[in-house]
Amino acid sequence: MIAPPKPDLVTVNIDGREIAVPKGTNVIEAARLVNVDVPHYCYHPKLTIVGNCRMCLIEMGMPAVDPATKAPIMDPATGKQKINWIPRPQIGCGTNVSPGLHVKTTSPMVKDAREGVMEFLLINHPLDCPICDQAGECKLQEQSTGYGRGYSRFVEQKNVKPKRTQLGPRVTLDDERCILCSRCIRFSKEIAKDDVLGFIDRGSYSTLTCFPGKQLTNNYSLNTVDICPVGALTSTDFRFKMRVWFLKQTNSLDTESSVGANTVVWSREGQIYRITPRRNDEVNDTWMADSGRELFKTLRAADRLTAVKVNGADSGLDLAANAAADLFKAYAGAIAVVGSARSTVEEQFLTKKLAVALNAPTQLVSRVGPGDTLLISADRNPNVRGALVTGLIAALPAQTLPALAASVDAGKTRVIVSVGEDLAAAGLTAAQLAKVAVVYLGTHANATSAVAKVVLPTLAVFEKNGTLVNQQFRLQKFAKAVPAPAGATDDLIVLAKLAAAAGASVPSDLGSLWKLLAAEVPGLGPITYANLPETGLLLDATPFAALPFVEGETLHYKPVAPAVAVATA
Amino acid sequence: MAAPTQRRIIFQHIDEPGYSNDLACYVRHGGYDVLKKAVTRPPAELIDEVKKSGLRGRGGAGFPCGVKWGLVDRKSGKPIYLIVNADESEPGTFKDRYIMHQDPHQLIEGTMISCFANNVKQAYIYIRGEMPHGARILEKAIAEARAAGFVGKNILGTTYSCDIFVHRGAGAYICGEETGLIESLEGKRANPRIKPPYFPAVLGLYQCPTIVNNVETLCHVKHIVEFGGDAFTKIGTPNNTGTRIFCVSGHVQRPGYYEFEAGKITMGQLLHEVCGGPLPGRTFKAVIPGGSSAKILRFGERFKGKRKVGAEMVDYDWGVEDVPMDFDSLGMIGTMGGSGGVIVMDDTVNMVEALANINAFYSHESCGQCTPCREGSLWMKKITTRMVHGQARSEDAALLKSVADQIPGRTICAFGEACSWPTQSFIAKFGDEFKHYPETKKTAKPAGAPELV
Repeated sequence: MIAPPKPDLVTVNIDGREIAVPKGTNVIEAARLVNVDVPHYCYHPKLTIVGNCRMCLIEMGMPAVDPATKAPIMDPATGKQKINWIPRPQIGCGTNVSPGLHVKTTSPMVKDAREGVMEFLLINHPLDCPICDQAGECKLQEQSTGYGRGYSRFVEQKNVKPKRTQLGPRVTLDDERCILCSRCIRFSKEIAKDDVLGFIDRGSYSTLTCFPGKQLTNNYSLNTVDICPVGALTSTDFRFKMRVWFLKQTNSLDTESSVGANTVVWSREGQIYRITPRRNDEVNDTWMADSGRELFKTLRAADRLTAVKVNGADSGLDLAANAAADLFKAYAGAIAVVGSARSTVEEQFLTKKLAVALNAPTQLVSRVGPGDTLLISADRNPNVRGALVTGLIAALPAQTLPALAASVDAGKTRVIVSVGEDLAAAGLTAAQLAKVAVVYLGTHANATSAVAKVVLPTLAVFEKNGTLVNQQFRLQKFAKAVPAPAGATDDLIVLAKLAAAAGASVPSDLGSLWKLLAAEVPGLGPITYANLPETGLLLDATPFAALPFVEGETLHYKPVAPAVAVATA
Repeated sequence: MAAPTQRRIIFQHIDEPGYSNDLACYVRHGGYDVLKKAVTRPPAELIDEVKKSGLRGRGGAGFPCGVKWGLVDRKSGKPIYLIVNADESEPGTFKDRYIMHQDPHQLIEGTMISCFANNVKQAYIYIRGEMPHGARILEKAIAEARAAGFVGKNILGTTYSCDIFVHRGAGAYICGEETGLIESLEGKRANPRIKPPYFPAVLGLYQCPTIVNNVETLCHVKHIVEFGGDAFTKIGTPNNTGTRIFCVSGHVQRPGYYEFEAGKITMGQLLHEVCGGPLPGRTFKAVIPGGSSAKILRFGERFKGKRKVGAEMVDYDWGVEDVPMDFDSLGMIGTMGGSGGVIVMDDTVNMVEALANINAFYSHESCGQCTPCREGSLWMKKITTRMVHGQARSEDAALLKSVADQIPGRTICAFGEACSWPTQSFIAKFGDEFKHYPETKKTAKPAGAPELV
């Protein structure tokens, strides 16, 4: 890898501590590097700067120089260069570092400015924290505790504004709580490119609303809820469901496309309440699509597979493995494996082991949809590249399986092991499915599981650990957030049992599997599941550079044009 | 000492019998002669004349016009825009309106000279929404000037072209703030921009270098180019060159607009001699010297200190009546010359009620973008309104002051100062009246008096 060019560093002094930061960094970010908190509301690292909340006011100064000679003016008391402090507080968000900049974040002037702004923000705020969903993750609450005066001098009537405006299908607005930071407006305009939010009225009566005849309907609308520093924008789905401090946070990934947005799953007592984005500046910044936040809703659906079945009758895992072993023996040489681009890297590795043991041809099914150029790509599979890296497939998968269908028709394939793929959806007819014995691993019932000889219920992404390779060839991991329903078994265990049924012995735990992966798969060298960083690791993509991937551009991905074949004379 | 006579330069023809606002009349009085000469001179020379003249902006801040022009980014390759700030909204100010209504061609000529000097190809007159009549007059005047070759393509037969558009605001005080004005002109809410980085001289209208000048300032440019920069400095006093128009309103015998050489007339001369003094049987109580946002002066207070006269420092000991009406002297005594709107209040005025009116104005006009001004202006309004409606508390004066102190210097634009200075100065100068208002309030309101705010 080529190291990025070293950025120009600028040395600044924050509360007496010197630090070198890249040019163009603003004072809030520079202070963050020395663990100095500069409170703010309107500033967001991924949005333009408007400087309207005035919470980040801090004292700044530059070293004094003689205007004529440019020689530094020394302070005889300290022996150091004198600092010309600007008499007014300046905003940290809108001020970029410059060489020698001095910053005070704890001076009386700063304290007074913060107390003033906090008081102003609270006078027309309803202070309904006991019934507010934001409580526990409210910047207003945190910073009024940290930087406010702690008492109120306001005896007038508070402003009255709309309490529950439905801005769109997923977002509900409480205008009284809004502190007019305009983050949501800027997000809609700059990131979602769906400019529908704005303020009406003036002064303290300013009210956030949608433009006439418009709604906040875009697939990124819930990000406005995430970035709202107060309880004004709330998720219609999540509001009033659970206090955030009761929820367990588990790092996860958005599996709806190959972008692999980093997420946090919020759960309590085995139930997921919401999914929010997790910052990864290389993948999804701080955003995720609304659609990815609803993926957990199918976990407890009525069509969830929760019983091992053999020939339609309830069975046990070992009995089912035996039934599969019988099929493998009876139809040796006439077996096909349909792997999945939705499986984890580890599962795909075991799928490959199984296919090798069965000497079975392997194919994958692809799903393609329109890309939105942001965080949903055209490739709606989270792990096509994992299948390439593990060697499960060598070419990109198609959306249907015509070769397999033909092979079934010709009687050459009699058994199909399907890892979570609905073969009917992949183009096999009911007549073709009737001709073969299907061993089906999956989470939800479908046409294939209905006719399968052996049905092995497995886990959804929120119920297991694993890794996925996204469109940038970034290996990313996710962790188990909630336990699986009774009757469903970890995919790795099921795959290991099937491999055993086919005569191969493979481990089913992540620790042992990663030792094997490191040894057998080029490029996965020193990686283990445990030491993989939370923001992922880029793998070498050059072996696959010539493949015609379907994705267009997304937030942090530019498609590499497939290499043009050079004619050889 | 007798008051000097008026020196009408900008207002030379205002209210002159027989003078009309059409082109023919203007040309008959020597109009556009200065432009005709100006387009034959190198533009840099014209900028130099303005720099030499020491002209200070007449919009309120008194920023030197030549310096403002000098800050314009001329190397970016982007077009330079000139905007005429005709959003005259400061309460107590009514000078630009008369220029536009009665002598619009003077403004157009000054604008065109400034455009030529700064190589501007497109100028806008941003006129206050509440002045539809003025907008129509300007539209007509520009059409006349365009037909006569003073505006538009190939001005006066030269290769230089520049057009002027009139843009009407939608009625907001904040549109007078230059970056708010630019936002409004771009079709957005008039939320002032943060500076840095959005200095109009570099990143102004459509992110291009932009000059924003007040109507009166641009009229002065015409006369500077006519007289020459050095000759212009002879008018007025050093560092306060040219004339100033005072818009006197309130409790004087003869309110109105008066144009004097800057610094040559004192507050006392202006109010007593020019405006005829207080109404019969009354005495002056207070005066706001530069539009309602300027800090108020109380008659009877004394200002002492040292000031520069020529090269020497001399002591001064002034009452309100002795203060020369120029930017620097008014600045020295803690207020400002501002827009020249002199608001006079006599002993019948209750200062709490006067402040309640001012606060109502500023809270209504705050754009709502940044916290201290948005919340502070309304809070102050709510306090003063409550006071005049009978629920005053003795601690309200201290609270008002404390709220006002939390605003200036912490906002995006100067509105923070504009909305807090009245409260700060009213409390500082008339603190007792605020403290004792709960008692005085018990006296009944005269029958038929309108409800306050």
